[in-house]
Amino acid sequence: MGATPADMPIPVDWYLYLSAVLFLIGAAGVLTRRNLFIILFSLELMMNAVNLNLVGFSRFHENLVGQNFVLFVMAVAAAEAAVGLAIATALFRNRQTLMVDLFDRMKG
Amino acid sequence: MESYIWLIPVLPLAAFVVTLIFGRWWIKDSAHWLPILAMLGSFGLSIAAFIQVRGAEEPVVVELWRWFSVGSFQVPFAFQVDQLSAVMLLVVTGVGLLIFIYSRGYMRGDSGYYRFFAYMSLFAFSMLLLVLAGNYLLLYFGWEAVGLCSYYLIGYYYHKPEAAAAGKKAFIVNRVGDFGFGLGVMLIFVTFGTLDYVGVFEQVVAGSAGQGVLIGIALLLFMGAMGKSAQFPLHVWLPDAMEGPTPVSALIHAATMVTAGVYLVARSSVIFASAPSALLVVGAIGTFTAIFAAVIGICQKDIKKVLAYSTVSQLGYMFMALGVGAWAIAIFHLVTHAFFKALLFLGAGSVIHSVGGEQDMDKMGGLAKRIPVTYYTLVAGALALSGIFPFAGFWSKDDILGAVWRDGKYVFWAVGLIAAFITAFYTFRMIFMTFFGKPRMDEETEKHVHESPWSMIVPLVVLAVASLLGGFLGLPGELGAIQRFLEPVFAPANAILGIEEQSLTAIDYALMVASLIVAMMGIAFAWLLYVRRPADLPQFFGALFRPAYKVVYNKFYIDEFYAATVVRLAVDGSRWVWHRFDEHVIDGAAHGVAWLWQRAGSGLRPLQTGRVQNYLLGMFIGVFVIVTLVIFL
Repeated sequence: MGATPADMPIPVDWYLYLSAVLFLIGAAGVLTRRNLFIILFSLELMMNAVNLNLVGFSRFHENLVGQNFVLFVMAVAAAEAAVGLAIATALFRNRQTLMVDLFDRMKG
Repeated sequence: MESYIWLIPVLPLAAFVVTLIFGRWWIKDSAHWLPILAMLGSFGLSIAAFIQVRGAEEPVVVELWRWFSVGSFQVPFAFQVDQLSAVMLLVVTGVGLLIFIYSRGYMRGDSGYYRFFAYMSLFAFSMLLLVLAGNYLLLYFGWEAVGLCSYYLIGYYYHKPEAAAAGKKAFIVNRVGDFGFGLGVMLIFVTFGTLDYVGVFEQVVAGSAGQGVLIGIALLLFMGAMGKSAQFPLHVWLPDAMEGPTPVSALIHAATMVTAGVYLVARSSVIFASAPSALLVVGAIGTFTAIFAAVIGICQKDIKKVLAYSTVSQLGYMFMALGVGAWAIAIFHLVTHAFFKALLFLGAGSVIHSVGGEQDMDKMGGLAKRIPVTYYTLVAGALALSGIFPFAGFWSKDDILGAVWRDGKYVFWAVGLIAAFITAFYTFRMIFMTFFGKPRMDEETEKHVHESPWSMIVPLVVLAVASLLGGFLGLPGELGAIQRFLEPVFAPANAILGIEEQSLTAIDYALMVASLIVAMMGIAFAWLLYVRRPADLPQFFGALFRPAYKVVYNKFYIDEFYAATVVRLAVDGSRWVWHRFDEHVIDGAAHGVAWLWQRAGSGLRPLQTGRVQNYLLGMFIGVFVIVTLVIFL
């Protein structure tokens, strides 16, 4: 890591550690949980880990483009959540369950 | 000449296309008009070409367009008009025109009327292309095209299994000869670098090819000629070809197509003259075929089969003449033979027509009074074929025998003379069995015996006149108009062989008288056996020749021999390849590939669990591995 800017109280490494931990928690949730809602939550977690990275680096490089990106990502994430929840609703109406391990009709 | 020569083959081609497309629903029973008019046009133009080419020292080559152009392989679509092609043009269009007119009466009411005329026109086009070709490749094209038309027309009554089989046989046997012809054309190109007649012959005369190569080319070309002109041992298809309608037999299997082999050898006279040993083979095969086919002709009961074997035999005579370098005389015999054999076939067709389709001579007899015009014209043809003075066959056959004698091939001459005796015998056997004695058909048929319509009679009469007078075209010695006319074409070949024109001597007259006597003896012998019929004579001959008769009646078992050897080998070999190679190797390879992927697919199928999280895990692992590699390598 390069030198931290003078007015940055928390070093950028910390952001990265937190972001990595959040991302891994999210990934583990996506891969292991059976409930579709929890998976969607975990996805949000991963997305926000990325956001955190962007914000941290933006401050680190003293470049506001990264923070602009975060605003966009949050907007897209909101849209994605809306679509994801709509799919979840539709799925539940069809199958009366949201346990993803039961959705295996594409089995070869 | 350059302006109109292309029209000669194109007119029948146009007739073919129009008749084929519009014949079935529109032209129908008027299908004969267009082909006949096209032939008439071609005939007129051929006469014009004939007159213009008279006395020309150099052949006229008309290049229409460039056909092939691949590196040094340059083949123009070119016509060559010289005296030889002019004579052939006249024969093809003249005899063809008469046979087209005849067909109008003979094929009337046939369900495939338009189809018949369409194919006949296609044949005329192909044959005219063959004789007009200016190089060996175009000749080969016409050669194959006439073979194809022959196949179509032999199998014209395709619902008859024998006709379909005969068509196939003709095509396949010809393929054997054409294979050699094709190789010969390739060898010509490899040796001389061109396929144009003019270029090839120039180089042959200049001596730019070795003796061995020339013999090879000559023999390969002759192989093609043997197939097309039905020379032993490739003669087997021609008698079977009689399954076709009679006008087809007359036009294709007597007058024109089967003489293509003679034309080919005469056209390549320079090559053959430069390869004397090949020339000897030509003469020997021709001589053997002449007597061989004549002997078989004695025992045939089918009137058309007699004529078919007679054609094979007469073609043998032509090759005999070619074999001693008597090119012009061979062409002369080709012309007279076209007249009288077309006449005989058309006459036989008229006889068959009158007795309601019967071809077996055992069921004819006593027809002379009932169908007099057919009778007289047919007798004229028979006299010409037998070589009786002053009919056409006398002049041409004696020219051949005289030329053979002058060349010192006394064996050929003797065999030719015996064959002449047999020819006269079987020809008049046919006449006597058909027209003399008591009628042997059933009463119903006998009541309906009738003379043929005018469209059949007129061609018969014209051809009878031609058979009577045609011989005076080629009087022996310096009198021969046709020999003189063809002189420029054959001069180079004659120069190579050192043949000079000789005036008639006493020996020529003696030979003529000898062959005339022999022919008369043949006729007298036939009269004795089939008209006079002394009580004990037939039994005597029957007892004497019974085993020989059986062999000859079965055509020397040539067909059976082929069936047991060549055909069997091909069929059994093909079946072996089918069961062993096709079913195991080829099919095995195809099935093997399918089996491999099937197994691979079912082996990998469990990977597709249908659970998204499994796939996602795979993706994560993949990304992890790639990122790790990117960072640490």
